Amino acid sequence: MRKDYERSLKALQDEVLVMGSMVEKSILWSVDALKNRDLELARQIIIGDEAINQKRFDIEEECIELIATQQPMAVDLRIIIAILNIVVDLERIGDHSEGIAKIAIMIGNEPPVKPLIDIPRMAERTVLMLREGLDSFIKRDVTLAKQVCDDDEGVDELYDQVFRELLLIMAENPKTIGRATRLIWAAHNLERSADRITNICERVVFIATGRMEDIGASKY
Amino acid sequence: MNNMPKVAKTFNRQYTENDRKRGSLGMKNVNLFYGSFQAVKEITLDIHTCSITAIIGPSGCGKSSMLRIFNRMNDLIPSARIEGKVEFGGIDIYEPGVDVVELRKRIGMVFQKPNPFPMSIYDNVAFGPRRHGIRNRFALDEIVEKSLMQAALWDEVKDKMGQSGLSISGGQQQRLCIARVLAVEPEVILMDEPCSALDPIATLKIEDLMSTLASNYTIVIVTHNMQQAARVSDMTAFLMVDDDHAGRLVEYGETAEIFTNPNNKKTEDYITGRFG
Repeated sequence: MRKDYERSLKALQDEVLVMGSMVEKSILWSVDALKNRDLELARQIIIGDEAINQKRFDIEEECIELIATQQPMAVDLRIIIAILNIVVDLERIGDHSEGIAKIAIMIGNEPPVKPLIDIPRMAERTVLMLREGLDSFIKRDVTLAKQVCDDDEGVDELYDQVFRELLLIMAENPKTIGRATRLIWAAHNLERSADRITNICERVVFIATGRMEDIGASKY
Repeated sequence: MNNMPKVAKTFNRQYTENDRKRGSLGMKNVNLFYGSFQAVKEITLDIHTCSITAIIGPSGCGKSSMLRIFNRMNDLIPSARIEGKVEFGGIDIYEPGVDVVELRKRIGMVFQKPNPFPMSIYDNVAFGPRRHGIRNRFALDEIVEKSLMQAALWDEVKDKMGQSGLSISGGQQQRLCIARVLAVEPEVILMDEPCSALDPIATLKIEDLMSTLASNYTIVIVTHNMQQAARVSDMTAFLMVDDDHAGRLVEYGETAEIFTNPNNKKTEDYITGRFG
């Protein structure tokens, strides 16, 4: 029954995954651009963010159309409402990546403060959280969603480490303050992205259980 | 008859002890048979006073039969037999000695198709009070005006009270039937798909009227239209037939909960349109 409707609902969730993979690339590439001082890649990310923003609007429109024409109920309604929230979080993660790309351009060809190790690590962990978060969304897996929320702590710890390290470098050599501060911003963008992913996971719990829950608030 | 909802959808009003006593309605382990066929099986539920309860479910699941149990309308069907307890205001309405006419005055009913009597608008509304012995013209005038006002029909018909009840539109006829029920000052109004013969605008008018009436009356509505149940009711009961074709109560709860997060998989499947 309601074959078209079921197809539309499935397609909508597929679109969220497509948007998720756009955001995933954006995170990884922005940190690559920062690490390898690849200014061309950084510019591409800034341009690419427009596509992510557009994707969000397209998905929102699709959600509104389904609500208006199909009167979704119960779990279907929860999926659509959750998607309306998830795409906002994804779009904001895209903005954080764009922020990192802009930092890469700002730093430009200035000499590096230090080789980047923990920031790329933060990016990898964030991307893993994103993948698993969206996996839990498709599978309606509350256990996995909560696990991903717990993983946020690891990203927070890396952020602390980056912050401490850069603070020491700045204290030792005030000439690095400008560059080091920008790196702290970049790390902060990743830390915020991971927090956004925990929001997505909270929506997964909402889809599965119908309950709105704040799962382990982030340290930041 | 505990577990009153914290707030009713329409007026956010708190229930007083008086409300609870007045018109408290419920059934316990009720079975209904038409001959050897069991239409309704082991239904237990308490209707919340001064709020709107919707009964939903697929065709043939016993919704209308269940509604008719509340004012003994099934008595009119010779083969109908009922087991269990149906309580109204603390009395088992199926006890011998219960005055069915009086019961149906206190528990009025509105049907699927508007069924005004072939007489004037005035006489339609005055019919019930007259039957109950009110003869005074002024008293009748007052009842007719008040009932039509409550039914949100007064402004549309006040200048044509002498016209036939059949001369007005379908939506107006249905509101006339509601006015006719209100004229005998019932405590409960049963509605059996009251909007299924009406257009969307007339439907919204009736729904609006129901919300207004719910501050003073207990309303139980059977509807095929799930959106309507979601829009108007405070509580929703979902019925479905078992393998033995008897209707059972699958889930009963606050409407907002039933339509966003039902407990039962069958309810979920039905309201999301996956069967039914």
